[in-house]
Amino acid sequence: MTTTLDRPTGTPAPQAPPRRRRRAGVSTILTYVIAGVVALFSVGPVIYAVLNGFRDNGQIASAPVALPDPWVFEKYELVLTSSGFWRQVLNSALVAGLTTAIVVIFGVMAAYALARYRFRGREGLYTFFTIGLLFPLTVAILPLFILVRSLELIDNPLGVALPQAAFALPVTVVILRPFLRALPQELEDAAMIDGCSRLGFFRRIVLPLSGPGLVTVGVLAFVNSWNAYLLPLLILGSPDNYTLPLGTANFSTQYTSDTAAILAFASLAMIPALVFFLLAQRWIVGGLAGAVKG
Amino acid sequence: MVRDPDGRAQAWPSGPARSGRRPMSNEWRKRLEILVLVVPAVALFSLFALVPMGQAIYYSLFNWNGLGPVDDFIGVGNYQQALGDAVFRGAILNNFIIVVLSLAVQLPLGLGIALLLNRPLRGRTVLRTMIFVPYVLAEVIAGVIWLLMLQPRGVVDSLLAGAGLDWARQVWLGDQDIALYTLFVVLTWKYVGFAIILFLAGLQGVPQELNEAAALDGASWWQIQRNVTIPLLGPTIRIWAFLSMIGALQLFDMVWILTGGGPGNATQTMATYLIQQGFDRGRLGYGTAAAVILFVISLVVALLYQRFVLSVDNTEDSSPKKRKAVR
Repeated sequence: MTTTLDRPTGTPAPQAPPRRRRRAGVSTILTYVIAGVVALFSVGPVIYAVLNGFRDNGQIASAPVALPDPWVFEKYELVLTSSGFWRQVLNSALVAGLTTAIVVIFGVMAAYALARYRFRGREGLYTFFTIGLLFPLTVAILPLFILVRSLELIDNPLGVALPQAAFALPVTVVILRPFLRALPQELEDAAMIDGCSRLGFFRRIVLPLSGPGLVTVGVLAFVNSWNAYLLPLLILGSPDNYTLPLGTANFSTQYTSDTAAILAFASLAMIPALVFFLLAQRWIVGGLAGAVKG
Repeated sequence: MVRDPDGRAQAWPSGPARSGRRPMSNEWRKRLEILVLVVPAVALFSLFALVPMGQAIYYSLFNWNGLGPVDDFIGVGNYQQALGDAVFRGAILNNFIIVVLSLAVQLPLGLGIALLLNRPLRGRTVLRTMIFVPYVLAEVIAGVIWLLMLQPRGVVDSLLAGAGLDWARQVWLGDQDIALYTLFVVLTWKYVGFAIILFLAGLQGVPQELNEAAALDGASWWQIQRNVTIPLLGPTIRIWAFLSMIGALQLFDMVWILTGGGPGNATQTMATYLIQQGFDRGRLGYGTAAAVILFVISLVVALLYQRFVLSVDNTEDSSPKKRKAVR
């Protein structure tokens, strides 16, 4: 992706008349200005939160827009030394990890069967999953709550992970199936000649080769689960089980008057997602583009 | 190949290999494999997605608080009440206002920025990352930050004052006439980056030679964008619009954090309404009726969109005329 990005696009070809070239110079400056404004608007609230976490409430009240003076570390310390924050990080990681593991494993198995076996009802089964794309979790949320309660999974990470994985399955299968289908048949034939069974082929050759596809669906499932609010809100009732979004919302209502502390908490709560995004950016953007191209 | 009974059915599905040495056991083994592969996903999806969807319809026919026995059957009573409730009708309207505003504002904005940025720029990777940041953050965490920024005398107000726009200051989230639009601005901040990144990815697929040819023919930058680039970006735009609409109809997290549906239900959405009624007030049957209405509306929008808008792509992509034009 990065290699093609550097190709000239908007600028006119070198053969263009000189007048156009001068205009391109002005428009390039304009482009940089607009790009800068958009970028600032995008990360502005993040910078605001991080910086104001280093101020105290007196500073924030007297001058909403200013740099910390002096820098106050107390609020970040307060959050970092509280057990609640770290617990929520772990809870979020646990829920998102479980969701991702379940959806990737179940998803790739089903997608493999749908991609490389011929059987009656295969297309029907595929349609079954694609129709699932139309079912948003929001619609089923109240019955889901009842169901999870009757399974006694309230306040259990699985009570969030299982429904999330179920609702992430359709998109996983839809992304993975063409991916697995594209593996050349010769590869499968060769593996068979070497004495592989179909399942052996799946385990030894398909799984390693479909790494990028698995990462894409895994990252999508992980990010969605990490950021989820509605389902955890209903299922995870006790603060000990709160995930980061729940914890952040809860903290902001508990410390209403302590703006600096809320912003410190929010800043720290953003870090895992941002780090994860920077590491997985390639796959997130690629996955989105791939999902759109279908 | 010939010696491997497993491989033959798969490799030569319609060939003579079907009549192999052990056709039955091979066939059974294949069926077993399919079962092992497919059953976990089907079971998970059925139990946690299909069953609750079905139950939603069932519960919506009862007057039920979520605890006792489900025995007070009232037919479509919940639906009549929900559709007769001005608050719920207002919520539906709010959802559609957000849908329309998103298309009318985020599409030109996202497309314009993407077209501008679709050229070699220094620091382009960093720029792309920054633009994408809001999309990656949890709506809740972003919402908590915006909630503080939008407080009276908060950072938004003082930035306006600093820019000499003191008169523009508002009670952003407390004014019934403004709260919904404030919410929309925050949502635009959160999601326009997604549109930009998507369009930029789509622009990668537009052949460079076309732009160059058009430029040689004397077309201006804007003419090239309008007549060459944007039409070729059509499929990406249509998919984005679809995702945007469905997302706007399901809107919950940001509203819940910023306003909780208030002030005076001014920012109520279908999702916040169904949670307030079904969960907070314990009217589970009634809440699920609202959920089913939300589902039907989303479904109708999705099907209509697919029928009348997305179908263009399917026919276009397969027509040889279009492909030639691209070449």
